Amino acid sequence: MSVISKDTTFLGYRRENGRVGVRNHVIILPLDDLSNAAAEAVAHNIKGTMAIPHPYGRLQFGADLELHFRTLIGAGCNPNVAAVVVIGIEDGWTKKVVDGIATTGKPVVGFGIEGHGDHDTIMRASKAAREYVQWASEKQREVCPIHELWVSTKCGESDTTSGCGANPTVGNAFDKLHPLGNYLCFGETSEITGGERIVVERCKTPEVAERFMFMFNRYQDMINRHKTTDLSESQPTKGNIAGGLTTIEEKALGNIQKIGKKCTVDGVIDKAEKPTHPGLWFMDSSSAAAEMVTLCAASGYAVHFFPTGQGNVIGNPIVPVIKICANPRTVRLMSEHIDVDSSGLLQREITLDQAGDKLLECMLRTANGRLTAAEALGHREFVLTRLFESA
Amino acid sequence: MIHFVLHDAKDTVAVVVVEGVKAGMTLDGWIMDEDKSTSVVARQDIPIGHKVALKDMAVGDTVVKYGIDMGKVVAPIQAGQHAHVHNIKTKRW
Repeated sequence: MSVISKDTTFLGYRRENGRVGVRNHVIILPLDDLSNAAAEAVAHNIKGTMAIPHPYGRLQFGADLELHFRTLIGAGCNPNVAAVVVIGIEDGWTKKVVDGIATTGKPVVGFGIEGHGDHDTIMRASKAAREYVQWASEKQREVCPIHELWVSTKCGESDTTSGCGANPTVGNAFDKLHPLGNYLCFGETSEITGGERIVVERCKTPEVAERFMFMFNRYQDMINRHKTTDLSESQPTKGNIAGGLTTIEEKALGNIQKIGKKCTVDGVIDKAEKPTHPGLWFMDSSSAAAEMVTLCAASGYAVHFFPTGQGNVIGNPIVPVIKICANPRTVRLMSEHIDVDSSGLLQREITLDQAGDKLLECMLRTANGRLTAAEALGHREFVLTRLFESA
Repeated sequence: MIHFVLHDAKDTVAVVVVEGVKAGMTLDGWIMDEDKSTSVVARQDIPIGHKVALKDMAVGDTVVKYGIDMGKVVAPIQAGQHAHVHNIKTKRW
């Protein structure tokens, strides 16, 4: 019997809109690159808050700008976030982010720098942040049913042990969560190349399959437009190749192990969009680790499964990232980064079912408040996906 | 000890899962999907995580892993040799 059933519970923070988070962050969110300094100053002033700096937000337009807003608003809406202070260079776009986050009912306020300067903005924003963090510090965890935990996955610095150990471990956990009604997510569109038919066969309806192939082909077209000879040293990466992965097809077939053997693919979303019903969602997304995990955070996922082979060290400021590794060498050399060691799988010391349960146990402890390795090490990679050049 | 694993009995390459594989060693393998054993003699040193060829392959042959096409042979490969970017390439892109 698995360690989880429909009666399993975890301790989470229930937000104003009913969603459940597993962290209680008060974030200082810059709208744009220019506002990072003020945001970081506020987070320095007010203990227990966290600035989330990033390099973009100026002169973007069209679909690229829409994605910028969707990602920032989504990050603020994430149930792991208790309250948000937004700082932007001017009031208009700042208000747009504030209004988007306010739909959740959580406390959020924005400050524009123009006409005030950094000093005055930092002072006003610090006063709001101080009130928010004291308010948030009184929030209590409550017992929540397991199906309210939204879980995403993406692998990184993969090697061949990812495909036969760490990724099937995630797949086994997904196979156990899917029937309980959890919201699940995978993506990495380019890393499906060579395994796209497998995903199509797993799609629940022809409409889902058609939408998936639309996203898949759109990404292939983009790669074909921009590539030089091939994507050698980028897909697979130099790290993948050093780890023994040879072709994109091999990498993709390993990647797809993360969706288990039984889960159906129940829906398809574009980058940072919100899923609308329980089940496993494919999100069109970059395969770059921090971009993809940031998009999952923006879509509302509360916990992330990150299998690695050669030892990716990624974390995220909003979502706890649980690392799973089946490469005994990496587990030995980079132990401080690994939350779940599934290397026993490759020597038949544990079964896949046991490996999946080990991950689910770690997931529950993480949801209940235990810090992941990435959180303890201070990994807060927040990386916005760009679609094209600024105007 | 399991020296290498393969996913599907049809696979023509397998993953070395231990450190220290040297030329001449007889390697014990595990076919994961069928829970069966197999073996091959290493013709070269192969690092952990890298692939060992399970059969002789000619240029243009399809390489099979997970029971599925993972690329094409671009230099002849003998069973027991190191199979990687020097003798296998993607069919995409």
